[in-house]
Amino acid sequence: MLEMILITAVKVFMVLSAVLTACAYSTYLERKVVAHMQHRVGPLYAGPYGLLQPLADAVKLAFKEDLVPDNVERVTYALAPVASFVPAILIFAVVPFSNGFTWFGYDIPGVISDLNIGVLYIFAMTSLGVYGIVLAGWSSPSKYSMMGAIRSSAQMISYEISYGLSIIGILIIGNTLSLTEIVAQQAAESWVFFGNWYIVKQPLGFLLYITCAIAETNRAPFDLPEAESELVGGYHTEYSSMRFSMFFIAEYAYMLGVAAVGATLFLGGWNGPFLPPVIWFLIKVFLFMFLYIWLRATFPRFRYDQLMQFGWKVLFPLAIANTMGTAVWVVLSGQ
Amino acid sequence: MTEYLAVLIFIVAGIGIVLFTFFFSKLIRPHNPYAEKDLNYECAEDPQGSSWVQFNNRFYIFGLIFVIFDVEAIFLFPWAVAFGQLGLYALVEMVIFILILMFGLFYAWKKGALKWV
Repeated sequence: MLEMILITAVKVFMVLSAVLTACAYSTYLERKVVAHMQHRVGPLYAGPYGLLQPLADAVKLAFKEDLVPDNVERVTYALAPVASFVPAILIFAVVPFSNGFTWFGYDIPGVISDLNIGVLYIFAMTSLGVYGIVLAGWSSPSKYSMMGAIRSSAQMISYEISYGLSIIGILIIGNTLSLTEIVAQQAAESWVFFGNWYIVKQPLGFLLYITCAIAETNRAPFDLPEAESELVGGYHTEYSSMRFSMFFIAEYAYMLGVAAVGATLFLGGWNGPFLPPVIWFLIKVFLFMFLYIWLRATFPRFRYDQLMQFGWKVLFPLAIANTMGTAVWVVLSGQ
Repeated sequence: MTEYLAVLIFIVAGIGIVLFTFFFSKLIRPHNPYAEKDLNYECAEDPQGSSWVQFNNRFYIFGLIFVIFDVEAIFLFPWAVAFGQLGLYALVEMVIFILILMFGLFYAWKKGALKWV
């Protein structure tokens, strides 16, 4: 028992370090990629190719004065960054990153916790993200925060349903909620190594998943809660210093989280030929991240009414149709 | 059970990171507040009134619709996982259930509840 706790603690430490580093370097990746897409050079001065820029940003934020306005709701104001950050990184507790390995004679599974309700757990954590945003907006005394939080929560709950429904097709085919089993089902059977990936059987589900995931994480072109031209900073207008950086890290951790879940559910997780499983997993996650950044550099922001109508009148019926279509197909093909 | 223990360790570690960063940054950052600095942000004007303003009741309607269809999604999850053992009968039942709910969506749509004016 004690052994198991120690092994888990070491694994948790490693995964958390990896996630936080990946968050920091996602900001660098985003700035670099967007810069090059706009014919700029991006961060350049901190270290070679500006590689130390995330570190410089973190140090700068840590040294900033923490401004707390007089008339905030103290308790919720202090809780909001935590409520935003913790669920974001908790997603990684159930994502399998490798097929397991042996260390000092111990067989270590390549996942922190193989919950048999992994998919439900992930959707629970993703939904909890809205609390941090609502608490932040409600406890800040600024109108911008309030409007940003309300918009954001309405957007997140609208897209959450389609987000959940988009992967039900996989559950119908796979008959399991455990992410480890879903990855195992996508293992290669012949030289076509992606033949069993769920993106092949669920192309529409995959498209719906990406669209809703972008909206869930409040990214461009669905980044209305942070529309700086109308709402200044959105829900975190009144936050500064480390509290602000918690929201910032949480946003990137959510992006990485939905990217990791998307890679696991649709792109075969760590499955892949030649390269080690962990490398395959990272490649797929960062492909997702690149897609996020690419979309941000390409598309203008939605208008709010278009956003809500798109969620309810297009994505939701499509997600239901995809679910029913998959069910009919499974019954007809007699699987 | 051990799987849930692992999640618990993860939660503790996650909260630990936040508390540690807050504590660490409290040690090194300056602290020099005065009355003007402690005002909340409103484009450099003196803030007017409370921030708890009235907002469009459409947000409330969307909240209501969300609750209905989120419950539907909750019903779909166990149905989808057990679908392999249930087969055609479960499909027919779920089609009826979804048709009823789709009628609800269609009603809300025609009533203009999904429209943002």
